[in-house]
Amino acid sequence: MPMRIAGPVIPRSAAFERLFAALRLFAAFAFLAAAAVPALPADPAFPPLTGRVVDAASLLADEARARIAAKLEAHEGKTSDQIVVATVPGLGDLSVEEYANRLFRRWALGAKDKNNGVLLLVAPRERKVRIEVGYGLEGALTDALSKVIITTAIAPRFKQGDFAGGIEAGVDAIAAILTGDAEEWQRRATVRTEESGGLADILVLAALIFVLAIIVVVMLRTTWSGRRAVRYHRTRGGHWIALPGPTDRGGSSGGWLGGGWSAGSSGGGGFSGGGGSSGGGGASGDW
Amino acid sequence: MLFFARARAVLLAAGLGLLVSACGINNVPTYEEKAKAAWSEVQNQYQRRSDLIPNLVETVKGYAAQEREVLTQVTEARARASQVKVDASTVTDPTRFKEFQDAQNSLTGALGRLLVTVERYPDLKSNQNFLALQSQLEGTENRIAVARRDYIEAVRIFNTELRTIPGRWIAAVLYPSARPMETFTAPPDSQRPPQVKF
Repeated sequence: MPMRIAGPVIPRSAAFERLFAALRLFAAFAFLAAAAVPALPADPAFPPLTGRVVDAASLLADEARARIAAKLEAHEGKTSDQIVVATVPGLGDLSVEEYANRLFRRWALGAKDKNNGVLLLVAPRERKVRIEVGYGLEGALTDALSKVIITTAIAPRFKQGDFAGGIEAGVDAIAAILTGDAEEWQRRATVRTEESGGLADILVLAALIFVLAIIVVVMLRTTWSGRRAVRYHRTRGGHWIALPGPTDRGGSSGGWLGGGWSAGSSGGGGFSGGGGSSGGGGASGDW
Repeated sequence: MLFFARARAVLLAAGLGLLVSACGINNVPTYEEKAKAAWSEVQNQYQRRSDLIPNLVETVKGYAAQEREVLTQVTEARARASQVKVDASTVTDPTRFKEFQDAQNSLTGALGRLLVTVERYPDLKSNQNFLALQSQLEGTENRIAVARRDYIEAVRIFNTELRTIPGRWIAAVLYPSARPMETFTAPPDSQRPPQVKF
């Protein structure tokens, strides 16, 4: 019995393999073509995201950099908000607002579903500083509060040439506001609703998969029962539940899917953004 | 063989669907939706600015009531900008889009003049309420700039798809109602309040 079923399966699955191989090749080319589409106007030379403190303008001593990075890491461990400090040698032709927004998006700070990133950008040559706030934290770290941090904590120290002190005071203030009492509860409330939204999504997805699985099973069953019903009359009975064929097919198609998707994933070790974005929230100032 | 016939039909349909979607048959509606979403964000941020203005005008009046002219200009420009009817067809109609843009630009200009005037009132400038409003207004202007940039980029991608070859044919056959969208003409930089030099 299984032999009779397995017999025609082998050439079929070979044909499917060829079809899949062709499709995969096609998908790869389509992907390349999509990647070749011109993207946004050329960004200026942004420094790579090497850690929580990217000191491209060399304003900080190693010891201060490590201390600030440790604070940021502790804050992220506590609240999952991703705060990054960047000092850049120049802004190119961009305003500090535009530079900060593009850099924020390039680095994709904060988690993708929460957009809970903050970028503190310092441009010593232009004497500009900006706090760029991700969408998800705009409610807690408002434009007005960001402005207050810049004018009261950061700019006075920068005026005296104390960059490490100014950056550290700014980071402390940002972290204090993001973990502060009233704001904290407000923020927690929004974060929590977003989390439940994520759970609802998963439930919907699970329900969809369940329904799809039922449809597939019913379809296979009707196919097989039709076959078996005919055979039932000729031979002496068969097991209605035994379905060796689909198992084989399911295995091969699963492998194809797995290969297709894993090719798209990228990334590596080290520190990276979580896919968050910003719409220009925050404030800027000078000294 | 019924099973294999069905399985083959299902797989062929899936394969064909994949093939066709890789050609970009869905690009036109996908890009159109993205551009529409970016347009909503632009409107959203302009609305946010509009909502800030009454409070700002009241606060300035408390300290600089004699600056009636510039305050009236702001209030009138805001009223004109709110009167412009904006709906889904605004983005594909050049005259209505220009009307929207001009109204918002004149409001931007009036607000810029107000903020320059305010420089002459130290009491007002040190008022906490005013400082908060001013930073909110700055933040909103910046969000408008970001939203406009995103919209311009989304429209560029959508219009390119509509005007270049595979997308042009696909749109002609399948999406005849898709129209190129209008985009902002002046760069966001020209929206900045004027600088004063003495």
